[in-house]
Amino acid sequence: MIHVVKRKEMPFAQAMAIRFGIIAIALTVCGVITALTTGLNPIAVYGTMIQGSFGSPRKVWILLQEVALLLCVSLALTPAFRMKFWNLGGEGQVLAGGLASAACMILLGDKVPNAVLILLMFVTSLAAGALWAAIPAFFKAKFNTNETLFTLMMNYVATQLVAFFVIVWENPKGSGTVGIINQSSEAGWLPVIAGNKYMLIVILVALLTAGMYVYLNYSKQGYELSVVGESPSTARYVGIKVSGVIVRTLIISGAICGFAGMLLVGGSAHTLTTSIAAGRGFTAVMVAWLAKFNPAVMVGSSFLLEFMGYGAGEIATTYGLNQSFGDILTGIILFFIIGTEFFITYRIVFSHKERGVVEE
Amino acid sequence: MKKLDSFMVNRRQAITAAFGGAAALALAACGGSNTGASTNGDTASGEAGKIKVGLICLHDENSTYDLNFIKGFKETCEKMQIGSEGTDFLIKTGIPESNECYDAAAELADAGCKLIFADSFGHEDYMIQAAKEFPEVQFCHATGTKAHTENLDNYHNAFAAIYEGRYLAGVAAGLKLKEMIDEGKITADKAKMGYVGAFTYAEVISGYTSFYLGAKSIVPEVTMDVTFTGSWYDQALEQEGATKLINGGCVLISQHADSMGAPQACENAKVPNVSYNGSTIDSCPNTFIVSSRINWSPYYEDAIGAVTAGKAIDTDFVGTLATSSVELTEVNDKVAAKGTTEKLEEVRAQLEAGKVHVFDTSTFTVEVTDKKNANAKVDGDGHLTSYKADVDSDAKMEGDTEVVSDGYFHESEYRSAPYFDLQIDGIKLLDTNFG
Repeated sequence: MIHVVKRKEMPFAQAMAIRFGIIAIALTVCGVITALTTGLNPIAVYGTMIQGSFGSPRKVWILLQEVALLLCVSLALTPAFRMKFWNLGGEGQVLAGGLASAACMILLGDKVPNAVLILLMFVTSLAAGALWAAIPAFFKAKFNTNETLFTLMMNYVATQLVAFFVIVWENPKGSGTVGIINQSSEAGWLPVIAGNKYMLIVILVALLTAGMYVYLNYSKQGYELSVVGESPSTARYVGIKVSGVIVRTLIISGAICGFAGMLLVGGSAHTLTTSIAAGRGFTAVMVAWLAKFNPAVMVGSSFLLEFMGYGAGEIATTYGLNQSFGDILTGIILFFIIGTEFFITYRIVFSHKERGVVEE
Repeated sequence: MKKLDSFMVNRRQAITAAFGGAAALALAACGGSNTGASTNGDTASGEAGKIKVGLICLHDENSTYDLNFIKGFKETCEKMQIGSEGTDFLIKTGIPESNECYDAAAELADAGCKLIFADSFGHEDYMIQAAKEFPEVQFCHATGTKAHTENLDNYHNAFAAIYEGRYLAGVAAGLKLKEMIDEGKITADKAKMGYVGAFTYAEVISGYTSFYLGAKSIVPEVTMDVTFTGSWYDQALEQEGATKLINGGCVLISQHADSMGAPQACENAKVPNVSYNGSTIDSCPNTFIVSSRINWSPYYEDAIGAVTAGKAIDTDFVGTLATSSVELTEVNDKVAAKGTTEKLEEVRAQLEAGKVHVFDTSTFTVEVTDKKNANAKVDGDGHLTSYKADVDSDAKMEGDTEVVSDGYFHESEYRSAPYFDLQIDGIKLLDTNFG
């Protein structure tokens, strides 16, 4: 018989040693697979991956911006996850926010001053994202509907809405895209700091990370949502209004996703497409899980995923390999990391007795 | 991460699809219809080793559309002795139609590329953005429409006069219809073809109209039904569309979308098929007649040659039959009418010599109403005398350029991307899909 048994708390140092050890093993396995399947020198391949992220100042900034955007969505999902509300609707909430931003830019671009426009984009994006998350939250709180499915389905509604408006705002006609919004006037484009178009997003998300850390760990609301996550009955017993906490937390979660949508549309892409969220709503789930919902650790996990992504692209360009090869390496590394977390939390006991009595 | 979004990614829009086997390279002549920047391929290849070039692709080689660009690019770089992949010529795959395209272009420029290509329609705005920031680098965008109005020295569009290839393919279709009539299988009034299109865009309209006119040059009574799938790649929809056309009495099918759906439906129903993108003879040996495709190699060669020689690249490059940018596959003698290959050679020579024009206004009639062909003017017989096409991609979506003169519609002359969007008599649209 095989039993899976929860471990006692492992000393932090030991856990970290195991984690770093496993990454070394994962890299070795990746190296062997690289050498066997492509005939390339694995060390050179790793070097190229690093080149892909750090090869030039522009690459570093692009990487930082992408880490920030992914981190922003991950931060958004975290309060909901801590409450054990599985918000898989990040994608749709980002799209809702992006749609609101694009609407402001296209409809009001030449009608109001730029500062007012950006303020309007900020308010409407947060509201749109919040609304997109509040709808499933309301149904969860009121009727105990399954939030996983509900939030997931809301993604498709958001995608279709965006698809509809892309055709409404199509420019030029027949192209099926809205093109770069306000390319000549740059109305609604987030300001460029010191000539660097990537920096603002990085700064804003850094602030957001600190804010979220404080909110979750040092605020009453942060405490309340953790209690609701641990046990709704306990929460009720100590006088927390569970349905209220659910809706409030999801409004925050959705609003931050909406903010990410605004950063994407107003800050980096300056366009609106159905794929502008680019799977971040789902990748963020992995980022948050890998970091065990700790905002500080999420900086690391989102960095890891983006780094691997750009590394994959660089391998594809340099060696003429398919981009999928980089994805395979990412998959191997994630497999090891997730496996490790399992074995840090649990251990397996083999028992040959008829009715296995497991001694802890 | 980039792959996770594949289930909601917009299929590239409003661009020709093309794939196929190895490209036959244009040997010496590699000028476009505007000959201003033509260079001699031989002298260019000698000096070309000095420059670094880049290509940005929407997907990777698993997409037949991108494969056509990647293969042509690699072959051209090898032929012109640019160097090795990864150091001297760089290919970035999986670049979406968003600011990632700008980032990719900027990175390629940072890496020292003097000439950067992009393959997808939606890349255009981002290429323009990069072109403004890197004035010393040349940016070439396939299928785009804005180069002639942006007035940037280093931003260029390219397309191929694929309507010539489609016209030839239509001639092959007409010969097949004529054979069926002569053999008594159908009567001339039953000579109806079917066409499966992707979107109701100028590019597709221009394509099926030239195909129809090619057939009409052989069988004047021919008619055609067109259905749209609203997707560049949807095997089930394309197969369904072709089957619907066959059930509706169409005796020959052609298509403008990327999957094997329509050819397969034809093979199943034993209805002759004129294909696109490349030969489908392996899957459809009993129904495949001939296929047209775009070959991008002559353009790469022209642009790289121009940069190497320090000359300007055409603002709009239009590859033609004469530059080998438009190609026909081998005719399948088992299905095609007797003498097809010879007739195609003859018509091809006439097209190249300018003796025959695809959109010769005397060969078709147009009905003008408030809703249909509103920008057109016709004479008493319904022949086109004037048409204002929307050539400039500005916010005003209205006709801005007169494109009818000397008795024919001048397609792909005022910009490289097609703009023929008239609905001519004899072609019936069963539905529309503007995407």
